[in-house]
Amino acid sequence: MKKKLIAAPYLLWMVIFILVPLVMVGYFAFTDENGNFTLDYVANVAQYSQIFVRSIWLALIATVICLIIAYPLAYILIGMNKNAQGTMLMIVMLPMWMNFLLRTYAWMTLLGNNGLINSLLQTIGLGPYKMLNTEGAVVLGMVYNYLPFMILPLYSVMVKIDKSVLEAAADLGCNPRKTMLRVVFPLSLPGVFSGITMVFVPAISTFIISRMLGGGGNLLIGDLIEMQFLGTAYNVNLGAAISLVLMVIVLLMMTIMNQFDVDDDVILM
Amino acid sequence: MSILITLNDIVVSFDGEKILDHIDLDIHDKEFVTLLGPSGCGKTTTLRIIGGFITPDSGTVTFDGKKINQLPPYKRNVNTVFQRYALFPHLNVYENIAFGLRVKKLPEKEISKRVQEMLKLVGLVGFEKRSTARLSGGQQQRVAIARALAIHPKVLLLDEPLGALDLKLRKEMQIELKRIQEQLEITFIYVTHDQEEALTMSDRVVVMNGGKIQQIGSPVDIYNEPVNAFVADFIGESNILSGLMIRDKLVEIGGRQFECVDTGFGENTPVDVVIRPEDIKLVKPEDAQISGVVESVIFKGVHYEMLIDAYDFRWIVHSTQAAEKGSAVGLTFVPYDIHIMHKMPKEEYPLRGIEPASEPEDTEEAK
Amino acid sequence: MKKLSKAYLGLVLMFLYVPIFVLIIFSFNTTKSRTVLSGFTLDWYIRLFKNEVIMTSLMNTILIAVAASIASTILGTTAAIGINSMKKLPRTIVMNITNFPIINPEIVTGVSLMLLFVFFAARMHFEFGFWTLLIAHITFDVPYVILNVMPKFRQMDPFLYEAAQDLGCNPIKAFFKVVLPEIMPGIISGFLMSFTYSLDDFIISYFTCGPNTQTLPITIYSMTRRKVSPEINALSTIIFLIVVIVLIVKNIIERKHGAKIRKEDMA
Repeated sequence: MKKKLIAAPYLLWMVIFILVPLVMVGYFAFTDENGNFTLDYVANVAQYSQIFVRSIWLALIATVICLIIAYPLAYILIGMNKNAQGTMLMIVMLPMWMNFLLRTYAWMTLLGNNGLINSLLQTIGLGPYKMLNTEGAVVLGMVYNYLPFMILPLYSVMVKIDKSVLEAAADLGCNPRKTMLRVVFPLSLPGVFSGITMVFVPAISTFIISRMLGGGGNLLIGDLIEMQFLGTAYNVNLGAAISLVLMVIVLLMMTIMNQFDVDDDVILM
Repeated sequence: MSILITLNDIVVSFDGEKILDHIDLDIHDKEFVTLLGPSGCGKTTTLRIIGGFITPDSGTVTFDGKKINQLPPYKRNVNTVFQRYALFPHLNVYENIAFGLRVKKLPEKEISKRVQEMLKLVGLVGFEKRSTARLSGGQQQRVAIARALAIHPKVLLLDEPLGALDLKLRKEMQIELKRIQEQLEITFIYVTHDQEEALTMSDRVVVMNGGKIQQIGSPVDIYNEPVNAFVADFIGESNILSGLMIRDKLVEIGGRQFECVDTGFGENTPVDVVIRPEDIKLVKPEDAQISGVVESVIFKGVHYEMLIDAYDFRWIVHSTQAAEKGSAVGLTFVPYDIHIMHKMPKEEYPLRGIEPASEPEDTEEAK
Repeated sequence: MKKLSKAYLGLVLMFLYVPIFVLIIFSFNTTKSRTVLSGFTLDWYIRLFKNEVIMTSLMNTILIAVAASIASTILGTTAAIGINSMKKLPRTIVMNITNFPIINPEIVTGVSLMLLFVFFAARMHFEFGFWTLLIAHITFDVPYVILNVMPKFRQMDPFLYEAAQDLGCNPIKAFFKVVLPEIMPGIISGFLMSFTYSLDDFIISYFTCGPNTQTLPITIYSMTRRKVSPEINALSTIIFLIVVIVLIVKNIIERKHGAKIRKEDMA
């Protein structure tokens, strides 16, 4: 009985600083400046459907690219011996420990019209190409920043696949390619799904990457929200409404991913 | 019976340590062979060489007359039942058994027919849709066997398949496996550290220790005529004493001379003398050459196991009649039951008793 | 196949590291050019250390990270102990709410806290700054502590606590002598996780810091918004070096620990 009481300070904290703020987002989304109930702002979100579509689209592309890059990488990693695996994983994850603003800034300096890539291209008579302030640059920034979030879950699921199961597949007639297709891939699906979630959620809600690499022309949901709270377009109610919609999209996405994941603990056994 | 698999002068080492030390072994068609030995003896490695998971450093592996050293597992007509079953966790019972058939791209009708056959063979009809995670250990075992047998291999390799099961289930599965082998008429190569299991099921037993084959023979031969103290001790309990072979058919133990039946050891040669606990009879002290004091008596179900102190040696004696603890008794045995063996280097002596049943072996061997 | 894997690995590593190395190289460049190397200098490093805005925000960042991680470690550990002894239903509810700051997009967490602070700032007459930042950081740190400590209870032998009492400890003594050492690894990794997340956080800080208090990531952001400044390159180089050193030390410690455990297992 006494033991439960020890959680009381946290429970209080949780209610005030996690629950109440979320309720306030909902409250502001459904009221106007005077505190009267209205559906206007939630309905107004539809005006920005173009931005929503762009955000979802770019986040989706970035997620797919991350998956394509990370999957073979994780597969190569688990083929190494244990010590090399640890070192390699550390090297791959190391850039993640640098602040993402600095990492994004690095690409800003590389991609600019006067940047390193363009000046290198010029020496062989190409370019300059407009690379900064494009959708491509935004996707690149997302991939660069969130790639480790895809590698880690893939690796940790693959590394748990029992080696004897792979041997069993070979024993039953699978060459390495068939083993990959029939055994490794289905068993790594939980990692694929959690990797997709871990990349898609920050990618769809980012506002810095789009601003630094996408210029003003490639606004995403995150930028839209930020503008309503701290920017020129100050409108807390609209901002709350957009946030609410974003939250719903993310929760929907996670529910879908969890559907695929039902067998999770069975597979991880 | 024709020879199906031949291992010729096989050497395998890991990290400079010799795991298999010049192994020669013939395996016949349709026989049940057991590789028996303590953990780390190289029996699993031998099995994995036949399965194709390890390539030997030197020596040749032949199958049906063809050299298969470099042939990958998926091209061999040999299937394995893995130590911890290695069932595919993402597939149900039916799909696990059908796996190899699907890889071979057999027509769906044929697959279904064969899976049903296999389910019947291992007694799992009605379990098709079950997830493998929801099966008991014994049932998982049966699925693993059915999966390996479904593609009709010529040889089934079984790597301590019963190690994780409890005693009762193990006994049942032993009989079951023997039945399946006889019904299908294929070769079984079976790895175990359990001597009783080896003796019950096999046509031939290969006793291994320290990367070398110690003895190959029928269970009866191995039990009755162990070639050295290691085999004698590993196959059942034994009294192993130091002796001196005076001349043919005469051995000296503890300063007394005994008649025996062995010959060919030369004169005045130090030897190991093995006497099985059940071959010793307890009599009155005055009626025997050896007398001692009963140290302990333990009831073992069918017999009593007694430790008797005599001539600085602790004799193990099995008898259906118990002597009283602390009483003086005499020990007798007939010449036929005295087994003389060449002395072994000290480090090759086994630890007394057999290792625990469920201990996995691959940790030491497969690295 | 082996060669192909190596080439692939090399390509990915290039993608990950070339941008960082370019930053580092140009931090030693005498001019502000991003393309032409014109000479070696440490000027940008000197300027960096003389830059009061950067130094102040660095101090703020460290202060907040230390305070937030200590506070959330205490709050999170006590919470985990309490939650662990709850019945299934309340425990599920509490854990689901606790997970919210982790699964929610950071921007939503930031915005929601900002709404809360705006609401109370007007009524209770306080300003955005150190305290709002600290509260925000504790809020997103605590879940990580709880998630690190909770599994340790599940791994713990449930009879340890009873055994300690059986051997004469009162409940409080039993907790400190037996339970605390068992969950300590979880507490430590929870603490380290919250500390690094606090050091690194930009988005939530951005919405809760107000106009007068800046953390280092926020200063970096405003620097990237203005003109090119190789001081950022210099800062990146220093941060990269620190990360490399910390990770290598961590790896060495873990390996030693791992080797020790393996040795003990063998014996």
